[in-house]
Amino acid sequence: MKRKVAALVAGLLFGAGLAISGLTQPSKIFGFLDVSGEFDASLLIAMVGGLAVLWVAQRIARRAGAPLFADRFPVYERTRVDRRLLGGAALFGVGWALAGICPGPALASFAFAMPAALLFVPAMATGMLAVTAWDGLRRPG
Amino acid sequence: MHHFTPIQSLIGGALLGLGAALLLLLNGRVAGISGIFSGLLLPARGEFAWRALFIAGVMCGGLLVGSLRPELFGNSLPRSNVAVVAAGILVGFGSRLANGCTSGHGLCGVSRRSTRSLAATMTFMATGIATAFLIRHAFGGAL
Repeated sequence: MKRKVAALVAGLLFGAGLAISGLTQPSKIFGFLDVSGEFDASLLIAMVGGLAVLWVAQRIARRAGAPLFADRFPVYERTRVDRRLLGGAALFGVGWALAGICPGPALASFAFAMPAALLFVPAMATGMLAVTAWDGLRRPG
Repeated sequence: MHHFTPIQSLIGGALLGLGAALLLLLNGRVAGISGIFSGLLLPARGEFAWRALFIAGVMCGGLLVGSLRPELFGNSLPRSNVAVVAAGILVGFGSRLANGCTSGHGLCGVSRRSTRSLAATMTFMATGIATAFLIRHAFGGAL
């Protein structure tokens, strides 16, 4: 129960932060990525704000033995920078710039019934399932 | 027309960082939206409820702010439906291949100085900037 409430509260703060920071406005994403046009650094500032808070949280996590409501902190199994990581990130960047929408803002905008998000979210889910299917084909069983 | 909103974006960024920090320090989970959401599509046992609640929180948090300030949500997009669907597929496919997106790699991973996340973030920023450049100069800013 505690964990479920914590997940909901964390999500609420995250979603509110997304909208306040400007990430739910594709025009601000275009403005950030379009360095040769009318550059808008707002997204960079939002990243700095998020990273500053998380930097403190990661330090606390390193000193604490375990999270408050769970047994352990995440174990990061993958450490290699490989083709899959870079290829995936490269495709992600193209898609991000194409619509000015990334997964968090997509979901918040979907709830807000933004027309583009209503198309984007099912397409995103399809892309995600395609990776699962592809992995299943390459590694049967 | 772009309006630089440094104070508002800083506050919003800190707030979403706080949400991610709570999920880490309380539940020991990484606030990577693509990972949490994709785990809802084919959920493993015991992995559904917290994911659904976090995503519901993201949606409601956004809705709450949007009901007070609807202008914070983009409405029209200089993109065709085909471009939006293609973008969604690329974002979904790419984020699962890379095991993370702007939140999981860009914020959570970079804040713990993960080499993988730093490499992923620099890569999607680079291809994003290149794509935006191409759209502006080859397609006149609309697609």
